Amino acid sequence: MLINAFPHGMQQYLVGGLFIGLGIATLFVSTGRMGGVSTFFSAIWSYVSSAPYFQSAPIVSGRRWRLVYSTGLVLGGALYVALGLPVEATHVPAWKLAVGGAISGFGARLGGGCTSGHGICGMASLSVGSMLIVLTFLSTAIVVAHVVRALGI
Amino acid sequence: MSINQPTLASFATLLSGVLFGFGLALATMIRPESVLSFLQFDDFGLLLVLGSAVTLNLAVFWLAPRWRTRPLFGDTFQTRPFSIDRRSLVGGILFGIGWGLCGVCPGPALAGIGAGSMDLLVALGGILAGALAHGLWASRQRDA
Repeated sequence: MLINAFPHGMQQYLVGGLFIGLGIATLFVSTGRMGGVSTFFSAIWSYVSSAPYFQSAPIVSGRRWRLVYSTGLVLGGALYVALGLPVEATHVPAWKLAVGGAISGFGARLGGGCTSGHGICGMASLSVGSMLIVLTFLSTAIVVAHVVRALGI
Repeated sequence: MSINQPTLASFATLLSGVLFGFGLALATMIRPESVLSFLQFDDFGLLLVLGSAVTLNLAVFWLAPRWRTRPLFGDTFQTRPFSIDRRSLVGGILFGIGWGLCGVCPGPALAGIGAGSMDLLVALGGILAGALAHGLWASRQRDA
């Protein structure tokens, strides 16, 4: 049962999760901030759009640290490659990446967070609201992924 | 030492992102197939990723404010002010639809591009477009 549940083993998941957690922990201990990622995608628009939402205080005041944090995320991926660790190319078609990205980007902002904000920071803060959102997006995504596979899309 | 607090905070923020992005790559979460194979019940690894990251921070979020009155290079330990409502539930459903379709979420899109998966630029563009649409929509709600 356990072997079937983890056909690629457990180690990379547990160790990877610890590094992810260590990143969020480092941000919290050093700056006191909760490190969800999706707000960055609104904050970056504040540099080019004058729309009131993008110029609101919560978005503008956090844009600088979010830019630095997101730069770190990109560099973390680059470090992984620089250490010679393997990366497999994806075979998910571009239209799914584009459409899925757009819907999830809108949804993450409307829902107040994504897998890191609600999933890690919210749940680790024992926020009941975050837990309910995680249950919502996880069950929706499971249904969608199964339907997409069943239909052969 | 002449290095001021904001500089140290920025450096720590960058380091936090690097650790986070490296962890996403190590956990294979930058590959959409890994996420999709969890959502399709072929490989439950994502639960281990989430479980270890959450467990560590359950301890850190609880201990840090008891260990110190303020963060190392900041003023206050923040909490996540969030209350669920109909709008955020719709957001959660939409996020789930998009995530279930493509297997990419915001963190892995950034880390994956750093790791050279240029296909993820398309997903990143999608997320940016979605966030733009949300902000423009929210701006109109505000005016009304």
